[in-house]
Amino acid sequence: MSSPGFLLRRPASARDAPALHGIDRLGALLTLVGAAGLFLLPFVAFKANRILPGDPRGLEQVLPVWAALTCWATLAAVAAVALLCANASLRLAAALAGLVVIAMALATAANALTPPHNRIVRVAPGAGFWLLLAALGLLATDAITRMRPGPRARVLLLVLFLGVVGLTLAHGTFDNVSVMREYAVNSSAFALAARQHILLSLGSLGAAVIVALPLGIFCHRAPRLQPGVLSALNIIQTIPSIALFGILMAPLGALAAHVPLAAAAGIRGIGAAPAVVALFLYSLLPIVANTVAGLKRVSPATVEAALGMGMTRWQTLRSVELALALPVILTGIRIVLVQNIGLVTVAALIGGGGFGTFVFGGIGQAATDLVLLGAIPTVVLAFSAAVLLDALVERLDRVRQ
Amino acid sequence: MIVIESLTKRYGSATAVDAVSMVIERNSLTVIVGTSGSGKSTLLRMINRLVEPTSGRVLIEGRDTESEPGHTLRRRIGYVIQGHGLFPHRTVAENVATVPRLLKWEEARIRARTEQLLAALQLDPALYSEKYPHQLSGGQQQRVGVARALAAEPAVLLMDEPFGALDPIIREKAQDDLLDIQRKFGTTIVLVTHDIDEAFRLGDRVAVMSEGRLLQYDRPEVLVTRPADSIVARMTGSAERAMRLLSLTTAGEAALPLASDGGKEDAPVVRASASLREVLSELLWRGSEIATIVDENGTPCGRLTVAAILARGRPS
Ligand SMILES: Nc1ncnc2c1ncn2[C@@H]1O[C@H](COP(=O)(O)OP(=O)(O)OP(=O)(O)O)[C@@H](O)[C@H]1O
Ligand SMILES: [Mg+2]
Repeated sequence: MSSPGFLLRRPASARDAPALHGIDRLGALLTLVGAAGLFLLPFVAFKANRILPGDPRGLEQVLPVWAALTCWATLAAVAAVALLCANASLRLAAALAGLVVIAMALATAANALTPPHNRIVRVAPGAGFWLLLAALGLLATDAITRMRPGPRARVLLLVLFLGVVGLTLAHGTFDNVSVMREYAVNSSAFALAARQHILLSLGSLGAAVIVALPLGIFCHRAPRLQPGVLSALNIIQTIPSIALFGILMAPLGALAAHVPLAAAAGIRGIGAAPAVVALFLYSLLPIVANTVAGLKRVSPATVEAALGMGMTRWQTLRSVELALALPVILTGIRIVLVQNIGLVTVAALIGGGGFGTFVFGGIGQAATDLVLLGAIPTVVLAFSAAVLLDALVERLDRVRQ
Repeated sequence: MIVIESLTKRYGSATAVDAVSMVIERNSLTVIVGTSGSGKSTLLRMINRLVEPTSGRVLIEGRDTESEPGHTLRRRIGYVIQGHGLFPHRTVAENVATVPRLLKWEEARIRARTEQLLAALQLDPALYSEKYPHQLSGGQQQRVGVARALAAEPAVLLMDEPFGALDPIIREKAQDDLLDIQRKFGTTIVLVTHDIDEAFRLGDRVAVMSEGRLLQYDRPEVLVTRPADSIVARMTGSAERAMRLLSLTTAGEAALPLASDGGKEDAPVVRASASLREVLSELLWRGSEIATIVDENGTPCGRLTVAAILARGRPS
């Protein structure tokens, strides 16, 4: 699973969207997408219960006239800024205003369409809402990228974003929106899934770092073995995740059946054990490859100087070679963490737990809201991890380069 | 004093250094010179055991270098390499403090030493301490490399082509600074170069190497006047040997007493620290037979004639 590009580092070439006769090209595209969402697709879907197909409703059908007009007017102003204005802060402000307006419209619509004390009907965001969200999200991303914030500012923006979303959810603004309804029913399972999800991603990452870092150092020291090790890890990487889970079920099951100690430690053919092992295996290549690349980047003169100054081999490795390779190694860790957060979802198929439980449960019951309850936090988690580690890498690189 | 006893290094069947023996006096500046691949670096790196010898041994102040672990030995020996090898992730001050930190000096002492060294190498501590190596010029980086090597007050300093990456003008300045530092700290310096001019300019003694063997090890003027073999002769430049000889003596050393009449009014004036080669060049240029030598204060202290200079350009 890849994370959205919002707040991530971008190559310089993508920063300045070219303008055509004074009209911003990206702005024009986003305006088209947003307008299509607003006028051609339903803003919300009204469902008599959680698994019935929705009854599409437009913005004007679910909001009081004045509110719908305010909404349209704001979005028109946002489009004008997106099309004509080159000032990045103004573009960001416009995008945020648009996001607030559609979020409030969604909450208002959900409140209006839900009869009091009714726990059966569902008001789900419609395709129109999602398109608007995507268009405005991209506009905000683009604006932030144009402002070129430093690593610290990006982390601050992330915290601010998560804080605002968290507070709004805690306040109950969206309680009548279908996904939050689904959450209300599953709140204790959600907390458990979140814990499992984070534990599985970080646990497999931790285990991978413990093995891959020494393996990478070894590959660097023994260049003749390097191609062999890397291509072996590469082959693992090409096995589809579900197949790998399947492959691991048999040996782990056998291990549990024949070694009481393994069974006592919680190792089973299904559940968390094969999930952790599979994620661990997937994590090895990026960390080993980046460790090798990072160490290769350290100039031999620097290493010779370190030894010549009287550092021991271990001191040289730790405080010179690894210290200098750290940004590259962290980039590998970032790839693995984001990848794992996505892959853990699949682990739910073999009983590994995590947000995937909701996704596959939802698919099984044809309950879109449940799928979203699993998918949205996964995306947010992956995205936050990417922003944090990117910022860390850039910070280290800035000091050291 | 460093005693090198039939030191040999083999890589497989190839011999990088072949039974080299030499004695390096305390407080001297010894230059090892030779063509590329002649084993200079290998010889130098066997002194601090970055390279372990195949056979032979090294004694520093009478003590076998094998009698302690390599890393503690290296903390007592300064080491400077071409391209300086500064740690790019550490500030200038942190770079200089490397060995004192390894030796667990007190912070106050480290700070004082770092500032003293940076100042001695004409890098204002207030300006440069917190900078990173990439923010410095090549010449400044090179000086930080020397400061780092001298930080723990080593009695011996090994330098492998320390000025190789510098342009000619900065290089000359760096060479002068090195001579100053050697005088100031009394360090025993062993320097590797493949630049024969640098060897003659810096070395109290020069060791000429070829294909792993030490061909000749002596004072520079002996290398010119009595080369051990044709390779040394070719290296010291047979066509230029007279000029090279002149460049080894300063005007002050060769000066004749001032004439009683105070010398000719319009005679060219040269500094006592200029080499005879420079004085001769000046006299040729000015079409004069005689030069007045002045000391640092500009006071005349002697004179030199073309005939006197020419006499110095012949093997005695
Ligand atoms: N680690 C090594 N393994 C194999 N051979 C080596 C190794 N180090 C040096 N040699 C060989 O030993 C010989 C001497 O190398 P050395 O680096 O001492 O030469 P040098 O005189 O310093 O040359 P340069 O002026 O190019 O630096 C060379 O032929 C070199 O190829
Ligand atoms: Mg060399």
